[in-house]
Amino acid sequence: MIEQLAGSWNYIIVVILMMTGLFMVIARANLVKKMIGLSIFQTSVFIFYISLGKMAGGTAPILDGNPDTLYSNPLPHVLILTAIVVGVATTALGLALILRINEAFGSVEEDEIIAAKASQSLARPKRPTSEAAE
Amino acid sequence: MMGAAILTNLPALLVVVPLLLAPFSAVLPIAGLAWVLALVGTGISFLAALMLQSVTENGVRISYHLGNWEPPWGIEFVVDSASSLTLVVMSALGFLATLAARRLVAIEIADKDSGKFYAAWLLVVGGLFGLVMTADAFNLFVFLEISALASVILIGTGAGTDRRALVAGYHYLVIGAVGATFYVIGVGFVYAITGTLNMGDMASRLPDAAGGAALYVGFGFMVAGMLVKAAIFPVHIWLPAAYGYAPSAVSTLLAAIATKAALYVLARIFFTIFGGTPDIVDIALSNIIVPLAVGGIFVGTIMAIYEADIKKMFAHSSVAQIGYIALGLALATPAGISAGFIHIGNHALIKGGIFMAIGGFVAALGARASLETITGIGRRMPITATAFLICGLSLAGLPLTAGFISKLYLVRAILETDSYAILALVLISSALSVVYLWKVMEVMWMQPAPARSPKLIENPAIYLPLWMVALGNIWFGIDASWIVGAARLAATALLGGGA
Repeated sequence: MIEQLAGSWNYIIVVILMMTGLFMVIARANLVKKMIGLSIFQTSVFIFYISLGKMAGGTAPILDGNPDTLYSNPLPHVLILTAIVVGVATTALGLALILRINEAFGSVEEDEIIAAKASQSLARPKRPTSEAAE
Repeated sequence: MMGAAILTNLPALLVVVPLLLAPFSAVLPIAGLAWVLALVGTGISFLAALMLQSVTENGVRISYHLGNWEPPWGIEFVVDSASSLTLVVMSALGFLATLAARRLVAIEIADKDSGKFYAAWLLVVGGLFGLVMTADAFNLFVFLEISALASVILIGTGAGTDRRALVAGYHYLVIGAVGATFYVIGVGFVYAITGTLNMGDMASRLPDAAGGAALYVGFGFMVAGMLVKAAIFPVHIWLPAAYGYAPSAVSTLLAAIATKAALYVLARIFFTIFGGTPDIVDIALSNIIVPLAVGGIFVGTIMAIYEADIKKMFAHSSVAQIGYIALGLALATPAGISAGFIHIGNHALIKGGIFMAIGGFVAALGARASLETITGIGRRMPITATAFLICGLSLAGLPLTAGFISKLYLVRAILETDSYAILALVLISSALSVVYLWKVMEVMWMQPAPARSPKLIENPAIYLPLWMVALGNIWFGIDASWIVGAARLAATALLGGGA
């Protein structure tokens, strides 16, 4: 039992991180904290993929001419490079939206935003009379 | 020589043309020019999709190797009868939505932002096309995020008229990112079992692979992730606010094509990737997807009945309509899957038209369209309101409209499987949908406009594309042979096993 746990400790960490991140996304009312949770959640998946590609005793996949050399699988690592880029883009866009939300509502707390929405939910048209003016 | 090169590279061009035009659009200082670029991009995609459809009509399956790398090492694009039908529907409505966008965007988006707006628009369209064609499970995730992040930007631009668009965009971003990450976890498990990312390879290796629990976990995560993207109950919660507060042009584009791509990917997961392990798929479809689809139909319809804001009302109704499509696909019979595909096409026509018409109302009124503001608008804006009426009747499923064909084939498919309980629920929900449609139509046509209301001017730049869509609803209601034939081929291609 203990041996089995010790053998897959990286996957246990993955699950713990994943649940921590997901819990933050769901439970936190602060929009910035939600983004942090999302990042932790995505990072756990990165570690999951990297663990998949690692061979016990394997080295970096650079050919050295020796047929007995054991290599790690580089493909999951490359995939995660792409996923990291996507993750960074998601975080950047999320933070940009939070900035705009803060300007528009004066808060980044979800409950306060909901309260603000209820108190003043009138549309603000850019051009008051639209087509009639033309 | 040149022509042949273009023809053989059509699948790549469909994605590359919109994606390449996007950065040019972003730096263009003149709003009109950026719109022309978007129109050219979606127009070329539409032509390319039509050509691909004519090639795949006889059951031909095009396998395109990006950069000439042989699959499974390289990324493969697959165009068969199923994906080409989806592509034609999406590109046609994408083109019409772009046509109508000029006026709607000029009113709702600041001129200096228009270039960037159309850049995001092209990214959404290109990303969704890639999503439909790619046969690489991880490449699919990349296209998923390209289109999702660009849609968030488009939704957020609604902040110019209503600040709630920002919150709607944020929620879509977070919920969508969690969904996409779920999908990636699933792909990780399936990759660990099969050692490949190519969908066709996965399908052929899964039946013999000793997957055990990992297989179930991988399948569950992949499906759960795509359910979020397809906005299937109960993970549809991002959709009503996102469609409701986005600028009118964006609601039109997203409602017509965005969830369709995700629904198609769901079908690919069920019938292509896991086509060789039907036992899991059957359990998931009959015990999970069918109840969720029926649940979505009812929740969407009932929420729409209690909604006073017109855009949000029809966004809730989209949740119900997505339920009908998912129900058709989940029946997993040839008749059911073709009913699903028929409704993918018809629902794109219906909702594209409805959101375009609402855009027309909003543009003329200069205010959000609610039951209150559109009172008596039937007489004040007869051209737009009549097209809206046609699309509404099509949504209700009146004979001689496209919506009737969808309901007819769905009901026939359900009858074939002898599930009378589901049939009864579908018929009850159809009747319920008449309730909210009646509420809108009654306010629009039978109540007088408020006294001293200013004259409303209808703009041909909005109602011409709208009428094309409305006439499409009638055309495909009278002569449905094209879509029915194409949908049948699509079902055969999907169930034929293997990618």
